[in-house]
Amino acid sequence: METAQNTNNLYSSGSTGMDVELIANLYRQMYRIRRFEEEAARAYTERKIGGFLHLYIGQEAVAVGTMSVLNEEDYVMTAYRCHGHYLAKGGSAREGMAELFGKSTGCAKGRGGSMHFYDVEKRFMGGWGIVGAQIPVAAGLAFAQKYKQEEGITVAFLGDGAVNIGPFHEGMSLAALWKLPIVIVIENNGFAMGTPLEKTAPVDDLSIRALGYPMARDTVDGHDVFAVRSAIHTAARRAREQSLPTLIECKTYRYRGHSMADPAKYRTKDDVQEWKDRDPILVMGEKLENLGSGDLKKQIDEEIENEIQDAVKFAHDSPFPELDTATDYCMKD
Amino acid sequence: MSEAREISIRDALNEAMSEEMRTDENIFLMGEEVGSYNGAYKCSRGMLDEFGAKRVIDTPIAENGFAGIGVGAAMAGLRPIIEFMTFNFSLIAIDQVINSAAKGRLMSGGALECPIVFRGPSGATFQVGAQHTNSFDGIYANTPGLKVIAPSTPHDMKGLLKSAIRDDNPVVFFESELTYSLKGHVPEEEYVIPIGEAEVKREGTDITLITWSKNYFLTEKVANALAEKGISAEIVDLRTLRPFDKETVLNSVAKTHRAVVIQEMYEIASYGSYIAHVIQSEIFDELDAPVGLVSSLEVPMPYSKVLEPVILPSVERCVAKVMKTLEGAL
Repeated sequence: METAQNTNNLYSSGSTGMDVELIANLYRQMYRIRRFEEEAARAYTERKIGGFLHLYIGQEAVAVGTMSVLNEEDYVMTAYRCHGHYLAKGGSAREGMAELFGKSTGCAKGRGGSMHFYDVEKRFMGGWGIVGAQIPVAAGLAFAQKYKQEEGITVAFLGDGAVNIGPFHEGMSLAALWKLPIVIVIENNGFAMGTPLEKTAPVDDLSIRALGYPMARDTVDGHDVFAVRSAIHTAARRAREQSLPTLIECKTYRYRGHSMADPAKYRTKDDVQEWKDRDPILVMGEKLENLGSGDLKKQIDEEIENEIQDAVKFAHDSPFPELDTATDYCMKD
Repeated sequence: MSEAREISIRDALNEAMSEEMRTDENIFLMGEEVGSYNGAYKCSRGMLDEFGAKRVIDTPIAENGFAGIGVGAAMAGLRPIIEFMTFNFSLIAIDQVINSAAKGRLMSGGALECPIVFRGPSGATFQVGAQHTNSFDGIYANTPGLKVIAPSTPHDMKGLLKSAIRDDNPVVFFESELTYSLKGHVPEEEYVIPIGEAEVKREGTDITLITWSKNYFLTEKVANALAEKGISAEIVDLRTLRPFDKETVLNSVAKTHRAVVIQEMYEIASYGSYIAHVIQSEIFDELDAPVGLVSSLEVPMPYSKVLEPVILPSVERCVAKVMKTLEGAL
């Protein structure tokens, strides 16, 4: 069993701290998600986006750390807080923003919305809204990879709020029984909507849920992008080389409410500040500056700003779906 | 020679699955007891031996889990057949059927495909009590994104299951414990029956009886009883519930001018109510009487053998409904 204490040092911040290219890339990916969502939040308050908007702000190191060790042929599936995973797996900011605006140019042609982002070509398989139900479906992707003897593996994300529902356990049980090449990543942000973890689970480390199936497990600091990389790297190798599943818990935090409708009164400003003080984007940005790459950071910031502003403009200028297409995409002819 | 061949529904289903699996490596069968036990109702007899454990897969009792795995496998390019031991247990998995399988394509703007078949027995059998007796026709038929098939005869079962397996959409396929042993003509030669086509199984002139699934056999008895009274009933066997073959139903009713729907569902919010609505809204002027509806009584199924027949549609109740519909015409 892997634990946070014996993670592979190759991927920890200690030994790879000097790799500017890697740090710059991780910084870029995380900052891209952050800026995308800040602009989404603004557009939401301007009523350009409707329905639910669950922001990933604060949790970026989990998606980015994970995707940074995955390959193109690997599948990724997640729950409804899906913008970050979509972007980190290579999804277009333009199409993502257009989806939020409900436009025909969106990544789901305006049919999905915030909770249902897809980029099937990039093997980002959504964006699912029923808590825990995506775990068996993701196990099915891994099942198909094994059945077809493909190279890839599957990574499935869920929140801490999903560790008590049946389908999560059925998916875990079958993944272990059939030795599926899957990494299941719990993003423990401390709250199932507004209910704190101590009221929903009698354990501190949620990866302990792996023990009964059994499967390998790990619990890591989800604010440490290198720790996430290391854990996922080890688990992904286990999936690729031995076709075995792993459950990984990343302890993280969302700075915003559960959705835009949630003022998050169930926690204090100090609680949030504690996590913001070691914000992974802040940390990676400082690391770049300390390595004498302040100019590179500025350049990245500018590039991301341009990309996101362009995405907002694209979303704004794009057409809504034609009304006579309202029932399209339901069935295949 | 093949004209004379009569086989059971369980063998017809077995042939449909086996023939398709021989042509496409991506098709597999998954469910409780489908492998070494040869199927709870023996529909998969011999299939583990022929196709091996990779493609005929026994599961733990975890309907949501294995239905979800089927959905994911379908989205990754395989063509799963998921067997529910009964559709009563599909309630554990209904989230995967409705929220995952049926909605994935729309939610992804057409990018995700889910060619999967969920099959198994549905509806009443004998004295298995409330939790093992339920018709789920309406729940699934009320779900855009699904095709829903409910055949009656061995011939239709085989031809439609083959079409279901070849379809690129998620399909719910209803069978019945009561008719697995029922035998009928099934040609040796390869054939398929298109999804969405009802069949006039008996021609008549006085009234159209519309039904599906195993209640087709009840409806034949009803038509025989009516024949003894000198009433000529036409039977439309829907075979597919979604999409609905409106044309065949309306053509028949336009000819007979009267219709009774015979269903095992409860009446409130039922599929039969929908059929009655379509008939009345589209060819009201052709009707000589309101469309009749025979359904199960509004109660979970009690156990006792004397109560069950009271709840379910019976020949007597159906004949009485037909006579009421024909009032003034005789």
